[in-house]
This record gives sequence, structure tokens and C-alpha cells, in this order.
Amino acid sequence: MTTLIILTILMIFGAIVALESKDILSGIISLGIIGFALTINFLLLKAPDLAIVQIIIETLTLIILIAAVLKTTREETVEKFGTQKVLLWAIGIIFIIVFVYSSVRIFNHLPEFGEQSLRMAKVYIDQGLTLTGAGNLVAAVILDFRGYDTLGEATVLFTSVVGVMAVLRKVGRKRS
Amino acid sequence: MRGMTLIVKQITNLMVPSILLLGIYVVLHGHLTPGGGFAGGVLIAGCFTLLILAYGSENIKSEAKKMQASLTESIGIFLFWFITIIGLLNGTYFFYNIIAKTNPGEPFKLFSAGIIPLCNIAIGIEVGAALFSIFITLAILKVGERL
Amino acid sequence: MIVFILAIILFSIGLYGILVKRNLIKMIIGLVIMEYAINLMLALVGFRKGGIAPIITPEISETATFVDPLPQAIVLTAIVIGLGTTALLVSFAVRIHEKYDTFDVRKIRKLRG
Repeated sequence: MTTLIILTILMIFGAIVALESKDILSGIISLGIIGFALTINFLLLKAPDLAIVQIIIETLTLIILIAAVLKTTREETVEKFGTQKVLLWAIGIIFIIVFVYSSVRIFNHLPEFGEQSLRMAKVYIDQGLTLTGAGNLVAAVILDFRGYDTLGEATVLFTSVVGVMAVLRKVGRKRS
Repeated sequence: MRGMTLIVKQITNLMVPSILLLGIYVVLHGHLTPGGGFAGGVLIAGCFTLLILAYGSENIKSEAKKMQASLTESIGIFLFWFITIIGLLNGTYFFYNIIAKTNPGEPFKLFSAGIIPLCNIAIGIEVGAALFSIFITLAILKVGERL
Repeated sequence: MIVFILAIILFSIGLYGILVKRNLIKMIIGLVIMEYAINLMLALVGFRKGGIAPIITPEISETATFVDPLPQAIVLTAIVIGLGTTALLVSFAVRIHEKYDTFDVRKIRKLRG
């Protein structure tokens, strides 16, 4: 469990570096640190399906962001220290303090970390093998017990790819 | 986009068959081992992305590859929606696991769990082609080009 | 309990990135950090101490405790949809830079044809 805490603190440091760096490209590369630490966290939480999906999708996110940055520009925008910036900072910090305080109050009602009562998943664990015949319980959940979510997700992925191909095509008119 | 050096090309030659085989294995055994449709699909997409990154996109016909990827993705999503109405055509509900009820295999074998391996194959094809077409659309983009 | 609070701090760092930063790419990085924090939070809720991965194999005894499979199914969907959202945002950012020649959101105000 201490490895989990140390890796999450590493993710927080990586996030601060990614947002505050002056060069956009180094910010994107430190986004990769967060993704790899998250993969090891998923393995420590006994979720191998999530680790396989997370490591490759994180690499593909890095590739997409680097391709976009190298085609346009690499510099950070220059900001002057004016009154608008101080106001934005103050609003941001106040909102974040209120958010963290109220979520700490809410966490006292959740069960302790590691003492999950499995109230919703009892039927899935006890009768998953006999009702569906699949050994992988996560596959049985996403394709047999909650199949509509997977149907919606496949359609949303298809729609986003149609959107990307429509935005990034050649514009203009052929002159013949 | 230009390709990479000779060492990268040789290592890619050695590794691409193994990665593709691993991806197909993870898709087909989705109901027995960790993985499934999404994990195997992104592995297949990663394999094709590695090929384009190592050899460069100047020597391939990019527009034809983009059309082929889009066609494969459309076939994948159409196959998934077709599997959901198999139950409706045979007298039961929408998205019903009808194969597990009429001829169930033995558990822990490859032919078991009804409709789940077929759905895994359709999702693997669709996710792999979708992520590859996102990559190749961004890789062959020339900013500021007019038709 | 400490791990929950650390995940919420990571989420609020991503939120700071969207609220305060002025570069479009930094806003996209903030959104990606928020998605990672939420996926970590969901996977933390379903953990059981001493549990094993939720896969049934022939050599597992009948009284083993499993980790909760329901949050893992939800996170699997969320990871893939996050990539689709990021790809669409990045394509919009590339087109905006082509028209306005900057990523600064204070200067992208005029509607040009």
C-alpha cells in the first residue's frame, strides 16, 4: 500500500511540472510519467485489463499531442502580470479549497479503503460462471450483464473518429 | 513524415509479427484470460502505428490507407450491431445471449460463453481501425494546404 | 483514506489547469489529468484487501475473495472514450491555430471567415 501512496505523490509532482513548464513539448512528455505511474497503480489494485488498455492508450495520446504541437508551434504564450491574472488565481484557489474540503467531508461516509462490502456485485461473482459461461468476470459484466454500455461506447468512439476525419480534411473547391 | 534509422527498421521487422499475434490472441481468449475486445484492439492499432512510425509516411499511398481504415472500422461497428439483433430475429429479446442457452459449451474451453467471443472480435476490429485512422489522419496533415 | 484525498488533489490540479491557464494545449493537458484522476478514483473504490483479480480459472478454490469487478468495467469504458475526446479537441486546436496563428485564448475572439 505504501507503493500506491508514493506513486500517487509522483503523479501529483508530474502534473505540476506538466502544467507549469515553459516549453509545451516538455510538458507533454511529463504527461507520459503520469500515465505510466497510473498503469502500475492499476496492476497493484489487481486490475490487469485496465493496465493493458491504459498503457497503450496513453502512448497514443502522447503521439497525437506531439504530432499536433510539432506541426504548429512550440512556444508558450507570454503573459503579463496584471489584475486579471490575480483575479483568476483567487477564484481558482477559492473554488479548489471549497471542493477539497467538501469532498473530505463526504469521504467519511464511504467505507474504508479495502473494506468494500460488494453489495452490488454479489450476484455477478456468485452466479457469473453459471449464467454466462465465461471465466473472465469483467468480460461477462461488460458484454452480458451491462451490454448497453458497451454498445453506447462503441458508437461514441465511431462518432468521434468521424468528427476527426471531417474536421481535418482538405478544404476548398476543385477547379476544373 | 520521414522514417527512422536502420536499427529501428530492423527491430520493427522482428517485433511486428509477435505484437500482432499477441493482439489476436488477447482478442480471441477474451472470456478466459484478462483482456478482451478493447485491450486486443488497441494492441493491433499500436502494431500498425509502429509500422508507419518506423518506415515513414512518404512511401505509402496515404489517402488509400485512410479510406481502407475507415472502411474496416465501419464493417466492425456494423458487425457489432448485427450481433445484437440475432436474438430479436429468433424470437427472444434484443441483445440476448441466445447461443449460451441453446448450445452451451463446457466452461473454460474456447467454444463457450455464447455471444461473448463474437462481440469481442467485432469490437477488436472496430477499435483497432478507429485508433489507427485517428493517427494517420493527423500524420499526413499538411497545415495550410488548400485543395 | 489518504489515497482518496491524494486522488482528489490530482483532480483539482487538473481543474486549476483548465481555469487559470491561457494556452489551448495546456487546457487539453489539464483535461487529460482530470480523466486520469477520475479513473484512479473509481479503481480505488472497488479494492478489497487480500483479494485477487476477478478471473475464475479451474485451479481456484471456491472460497477466495475477489476484487469488485463492477468499477473495473466502468473504467474500461471511460479510458477509451477519453481518447476519443482528446483526439477531437486536438483536431480543433490545430484548425484554430491555422486560422488565428496563436494558441492564446484572449486573442481568439473575432469571428473570421
